[in-house]
Amino acid sequence: MTVIGRPLDRVDGRVKTTGAARFAAEHPYPGLAHAALVPATISRGRITTLHTGEASAVPGVIAVLTHLNAPELKPAPKVTPLRLSSLVSGTSVGYLQTDEVHWDGQPIAVVVAETSAAAREAAALVRADYAPAPAMVDFAAAEADARPQRGNPLMPGEAKKGDAEAALAAAPVALDLRYTTPPHHHNALEPHATTAVWDGDRLTVHDATQAIDWFRAHLAVRFGIPAADVRVLAPFVGGGFGGKVSIWPGTILAALAARATGRPVRLALTREDVYRTVGGRTPSIQRVALGATRDGKLTALVHTSVTRTGRVGGLPEQVTSQSRHLYDAENIFLRQSIVPLDLLSNTSMRAPGESIGTFALEAAIDELACELDLDPIELRMRNEPAVNPMDGKKFAHRMLREAYAVGAERFGWHERDPRPRSMRDGRWLVGMGVASAYHPSWRFAANVTVRLSADGTVLVRCGFQEMGMGGATAQAQIAADALGVPFEAVRVEYGDSALPMSPNAGGSAQTASVAGGVLEACGRLKRSLAAMARRTGGDTPETILRRANLPYAEAAAGSDTRFGRISGQVRFMANLLREQRRWVKAASGAQFCEVRVDPDTGEVRVSRWLGVFDIGTVVNAKTAASQLRGGIVMGLGMALSEETLVDPRTGRIMNAGLAEYHVPVHADIPPIEVSFLDDPDPTMPLGILGAGEVGITGVAAAVANAVHHATGTRVRDLPITLDKLL
Amino acid sequence: MRSFSYLSAPDVETALRVIADGEGVKFLGGGTNLVDLMREGIERPATVVDITRLPLTGIEELPGGGVRVGALVRNSRLAADLLIRTRYPVLAQAVLHGASAQLRNMATVGGNLLQRTRCLYFYDGAAACNKRAPGSGCDAIGGFSRGGAILGASEHCVAAHPSDMAVALAMLDAVVEVESVRGVRRIPIADFHRLPGDTPHIETALAADELITAVELPPVPVAANSRYRKVRDRASYAFALVSVAAALNVEDGVVTEARLALGGVGTKPWRATEAERALLGAPATEDAFRRAAEAELAAAVAGPQNAFKIELARRTIVATLRRLLTEGSAA
Ligand SMILES: Cc1cc2nc3c(=O)[nH]c(=O)nc-3n(C[C@H](O)[C@H](O)[C@H](O)COP(=O)(O)OP(=O)(O)OC[C@H]3O[C@@H](n4cnc5c(N)ncnc54)[C@H](O)[C@@H]3O)c2cc1C
Ligand code: SF4
Repeated sequence: MTVIGRPLDRVDGRVKTTGAARFAAEHPYPGLAHAALVPATISRGRITTLHTGEASAVPGVIAVLTHLNAPELKPAPKVTPLRLSSLVSGTSVGYLQTDEVHWDGQPIAVVVAETSAAAREAAALVRADYAPAPAMVDFAAAEADARPQRGNPLMPGEAKKGDAEAALAAAPVALDLRYTTPPHHHNALEPHATTAVWDGDRLTVHDATQAIDWFRAHLAVRFGIPAADVRVLAPFVGGGFGGKVSIWPGTILAALAARATGRPVRLALTREDVYRTVGGRTPSIQRVALGATRDGKLTALVHTSVTRTGRVGGLPEQVTSQSRHLYDAENIFLRQSIVPLDLLSNTSMRAPGESIGTFALEAAIDELACELDLDPIELRMRNEPAVNPMDGKKFAHRMLREAYAVGAERFGWHERDPRPRSMRDGRWLVGMGVASAYHPSWRFAANVTVRLSADGTVLVRCGFQEMGMGGATAQAQIAADALGVPFEAVRVEYGDSALPMSPNAGGSAQTASVAGGVLEACGRLKRSLAAMARRTGGDTPETILRRANLPYAEAAAGSDTRFGRISGQVRFMANLLREQRRWVKAASGAQFCEVRVDPDTGEVRVSRWLGVFDIGTVVNAKTAASQLRGGIVMGLGMALSEETLVDPRTGRIMNAGLAEYHVPVHADIPPIEVSFLDDPDPTMPLGILGAGEVGITGVAAAVANAVHHATGTRVRDLPITLDKLL
Repeated sequence: MRSFSYLSAPDVETALRVIADGEGVKFLGGGTNLVDLMREGIERPATVVDITRLPLTGIEELPGGGVRVGALVRNSRLAADLLIRTRYPVLAQAVLHGASAQLRNMATVGGNLLQRTRCLYFYDGAAACNKRAPGSGCDAIGGFSRGGAILGASEHCVAAHPSDMAVALAMLDAVVEVESVRGVRRIPIADFHRLPGDTPHIETALAADELITAVELPPVPVAANSRYRKVRDRASYAFALVSVAAALNVEDGVVTEARLALGGVGTKPWRATEAERALLGAPATEDAFRRAAEAELAAAVAGPQNAFKIELARRTIVATLRRLLTEGSAA
């Protein structure tokens, strides 16, 4: 009666569809006040005067907080990989602690009022005079200032095998190509929101976050209180995609406003606020150069990238990550460079690095296939490595051959006439393209307790985060099978920092990480029940507990004492590094795309999609397919229409809203078929590789390749808007 | 949003009186544009007069074959009306290509005619914009102007007119009927929207105290064979990069009647009179279509970001006429 793998409905589906679920901006508190942000309108400089009189006079306004009157906030902790919670600072700025402005959109005041309408009206009336300073905001112009990124053990910035440039120069066939991708924003359905409540020096925060534990640690630092006195709750989060991993000004300012006014405060960002105060994906400029023999053996692979951070924060993206693993080239050179600008920090967005990195690499491979007159799948198979190309490490799991074989068959790849512009359907030009999907698999420490009650029900407790992925459902399935109880008997508590500690929802690692803890705790629980049974008798858990006269039995994975957490993390990191030295672990897949292009106007319509994925064990076929499909939809947006417009003259985002930032609409999305190989990875808990991010990777390349096949035109600059095809 | 007072007008007279007497009074149709602009602080009416109870919701056949459409007819109803769909398919198609189903259910004919530009800098209070703040300059020039106009622009404003419906109305020579306490006026659609010149903030011939009461569609027999083609950045729910409203009559391979209007490219809904002139009497061929398009676009001026619109407009005109020839007005 195993339930793992079954396409069960989500356990939280009903409360979400009926509206009973409370999101961060929906918690009523007696005396609740509402806050609104006032964003700066210059990129760099100082505030000389703030005019707050008009705003204060708006009826219902309680306070207008600025750097002149706001309570003290401690500085953001210095970023160090030794302290994971320090990585969570969206920026290093002390909000409302300084007259300095570091990006266009930095909050320079917060209005607190009795209603959100009054707060917003008053916020619009706050005016500032500035002494602007020269700002560098033009990414394209700053390319030359980029410097090679310093790496860390998990994400090296540079890698090298042999002499790739020399091999390129000597190659019988060589391509040297430049690709660009624009900035993107996440656009989660739920804009960021915080409800903050102080009780003396204890802080409770309902937040739209995908990093509960890190938020708790970070807020404690900023407000100078013990972490034990901060509670962060996020049982329901309306999508994050990486935009809710870091702590952005809204969260901190809600807590600051609550402290200043002595009232519970809700700060629900507008969509525009999200664009101005929450980082997005960096733009990139990438070079991919490939050298090959006439029969398609890669002799050189060069992949370099330039991305940006903010001067006040942001991390480099691992744009070349997949290029370490996908192709068996004799000579490889990879380098990531970054340039800091006077813009809001960049942040992680679904498959940071690989989503844009696979675009350049996988489009270039297609270009090489054309150059060689080889089928693009065949070219990939000729260069499919047996071991990791950089260093000979073993692949924990590698099923790209199978993915392509299954996909080609299902998609009817053999019907493709390889000549560009050769296939038609009425007035439409038809094209088919493929690309590989690739995303590394991670696992982090998760503490879990599992309790089995005498009535046969099971309670799993872990402070993980659920943003719609189906985490609670998946963990209930895992616990049900581990304990041999029905799925319906399992309840999962999550989304609360008072629960055992979980890693954040990032890196597609949550399901595997929490599964590791659940399996460990369930194993302990079974062993202790068996020991009990030997002492007091009984053959089912219920009878054992009854005979032992216990209401329940409980077991834990990991310890939540302060020391237990730290030693757990240290042990885990050591283990992770050891494993990293031994194995290359990743989810992967083959993306198949069919497009129709209007030959008159260049309009591109994706007409069919198939993704065949190796995500290891599929825990829930329904929610996993939905993750992958969602990734593909987001990838289609990236391919065809999404672009954040940052005015290079001012550093100001000019399309801060869903009317002008074009995510795909229903009419843009074809039927998407998702298929799993469903083969467990031997090195991961339950064999799970992670499904949250791999779906978006390779998508833009598959579209670009299909568009080339349809039209004969290569578009190397995303998004592929129609003007590039005229 | 600023506080404002709200009044629901029971009849036309009251509506006209309130707007004639008051300062900063605005009519509220479907509110899909006005409320947005109020939220952004671009429109700041002191009083909003809701006109949706006014009896201006009829679609009536006129003697002689024309149709009179009340100013408060919702966009979705207009597009679904059988008279409109058979006599003026171009209009039904144009309306259906605009916005989204929910928005069309709210949007009114009068409000659609008066919707304001989608220029990114017009919407951003931190930017310089002659239309929003006369004399402040124009940040779109040299900025993000991909959506900008290539016809009818001035050095003061290059914003494109966003309406789809109005492009079909321009093609059909519609007449806008307006009323104020001073009486009724009839404004031909060609004179209704103004070119920006050096007063881009003055967008129409409507006086501040006038109410649009109806739009009259004259009899246009050739419109029975008409269609609307909209080209945009995604499959739905985006404003036009280029749109074409066209009607064509061909006898013995020769164009005997042609009407053409363009959207997304003009600072106002653009009647393509040069192209029409070139088409008349020309053979109904791809070549002639192209020459007609080129005649109209000879006056086009573009910046680096919207230069593609010239080529796109040329191609879309040709493709629309070609399709009209082979498929008629079938949507
Ligand atoms: C997200 C989005 C996408 C859109 N996409 C498109 C698109 O693709 N194509 C397109 O054409 N349009 C599009 N629109 C615009 C939409 O068509 C207009 O908002 C709508 O037609 C306006 O009609 P309304 O009745 O809601 O006007 P309102 O917002 O009520 O009014 C607009 C203006 O007209 C005035 N007004 C209204 N009625 C009268 C009257 N009878 N007499 C005098 N003054 C009057 C108001 O005072 C106000 O100044 C889009 C809008 C949105 C929000
Ligand atoms: S183009 Fe017109 S609407 Fe746009 S910024 Fe310039 S003046 Fe304003």
